[in-house]
Amino acid sequence: MIPGPFGYHRPETVADAVKLLASLGDEARPLAGGHSLIPMMKLRLATPGHLVDLHRIPNLKGIRNDGGKVTIGAMTTQHELLASDVVAKALPILMEAALLIADPQVRYRGTIGGNVANGDPGNDMPAMMMTLGASYVLEGSAGARTVAATDFYQGAYFTALDPGEILTEISIPTPATGHGYAYEKLKRKVGDYATAAAAVVLTMTGGKVATCSIGLTNLSETPLLATDAAKAVIGTSLDDGSLKAAAAAAEQIMSPAADARGPVEYRKHVGGIMVMRALKRAAQRAV
Amino acid sequence: MAKTHVTMKVNGNEVEGLVEPRLLLVHFIRDNLQLTGTHIGCETTHCGACTIDIDGMSVKSCTMFAVQADGADILTIEGVANADGTLSAVQEGFRAMHGLQCGFCTPGMIVRAHRLLQENPSPSEEDIRMGISGNLCRCTGYQNIVKAIQYAAAKINGTEFKEAAE
Ligand SMILES: Cc1cc2nc3c(=O)[nH]c(=O)nc-3n(C[C@H](O)[C@H](O)[C@H](O)COP(=O)(O)OP(=O)(O)OC[C@H]3O[C@@H](n4cnc5c(N)ncnc54)[C@H](O)[C@@H]3O)c2cc1C
Ligand code: FES
Ligand code: FES
Repeated sequence: MIPGPFGYHRPETVADAVKLLASLGDEARPLAGGHSLIPMMKLRLATPGHLVDLHRIPNLKGIRNDGGKVTIGAMTTQHELLASDVVAKALPILMEAALLIADPQVRYRGTIGGNVANGDPGNDMPAMMMTLGASYVLEGSAGARTVAATDFYQGAYFTALDPGEILTEISIPTPATGHGYAYEKLKRKVGDYATAAAAVVLTMTGGKVATCSIGLTNLSETPLLATDAAKAVIGTSLDDGSLKAAAAAAEQIMSPAADARGPVEYRKHVGGIMVMRALKRAAQRAV
Repeated sequence: MAKTHVTMKVNGNEVEGLVEPRLLLVHFIRDNLQLTGTHIGCETTHCGACTIDIDGMSVKSCTMFAVQADGADILTIEGVANADGTLSAVQEGFRAMHGLQCGFCTPGMIVRAHRLLQENPSPSEEDIRMGISGNLCRCTGYQNIVKAIQYAAAKINGTEFKEAAE
């Protein structure tokens, strides 16, 4: 369980980090909280020749509400998200999700930037970001660009991040006041990745669903936005029929792997149940 | 690979070392500093036996490199007792409530409970259980660990500890 040898670098600005990554080439990787990368390095599933540790870059930290959108620095930890008043007020669904990630120790180190940049289908934040319509700012030697979360994920561990780029911040449009939200995650134990999970953000008018978006975690190689499932509940009062229609539409796009968390049929089935539960709980919270 | 010079404060003492970047912090603490109270259970970030306190955060020291702790302020189980050598409230709780059997998980549990009570001096039973959810114990069934932490909270708050009826 000893990682392979690597060169260690600790830049103090994003510009220096980008320069380092460019000069060190393919062998170099950013190191954030290290709670996905270091376990992979111990198993020698990752053998980077250089690590560029982002911890000493103060600009990558912090959470701001800019009116209309919440901006979260990539190196903000899950623990800091849970302690943030801005998040509690504007994006309570992030609190609900962060609390379901791993355990207190992991949350003190693990960052939101690492969670969304990692590309592991088991990570909880990516589907959340798709559901919330978030976008990521990526900075490389060619400058900065913005990529929507919905365009970021290409396959397991394949993302729109180019080699040498750093994800610097996440920008999330503030959901409407009075929106309902829920993240339902089925897992075998505390600290486990999802067997299946669903995120829902919706608004209700006169007892009927006015807007809705649904995201799915660990039910495919990438996080999924369940657009048809969301359409199936618009205009309904979330009666049994429309809940089942939403679950069925969501199951249509799921293609989970069969693993220790269960066979494909089971994971799709519970995926549908997570969608129904999240819809119901979100609706109860909407005002 | 070139070695890097690191300095950090461990249990109030300035320490230094020359480390390869890939050296895990837990190995630096156990092998270089000879502080073997911090245990290695799983080495896969699950069990929490290697938990230490770094700059006010509970961290699994098997999942951080020693170079990353350069300049840090660290507390390990060896530094938990009161300055006069008497047991801290948490340590006393573990003894009084039989919060350990084999003792393998205990250093990590105590260091974690120490931080939990700093952040939340009056935790509910649920807060305690969630607060130690990153620390596995194969012996006790957790019941007495929860009581030990409740005992410590009462002691710190100067309130009376009443053992909940089972
Ligand atoms: C026991 C355990 C249980 C866990 N359970 C869960 C869970 O239930 N749900 C969940 O979502 N996660 C879980 N995790 C993973 C955890 O949340 C990680 O912290 C997270 O996946 C990665 O964040 P990090 O900051 O640790 O990133 P790192 O491990 O440092 O990096 C991960 C990857 O992303 C890249 N990267 C990191 N930051 C950036 C950046 N700013 N720009 C570009 N690339 C970057 C790195 O190069 C690396 O390839 C668990 C981890 C453990 C150890
Ligand atoms: S040895 Fe570090 S978590 Fe188990
Ligand atoms: S007392 Fe034996 S593992 Fe906890």
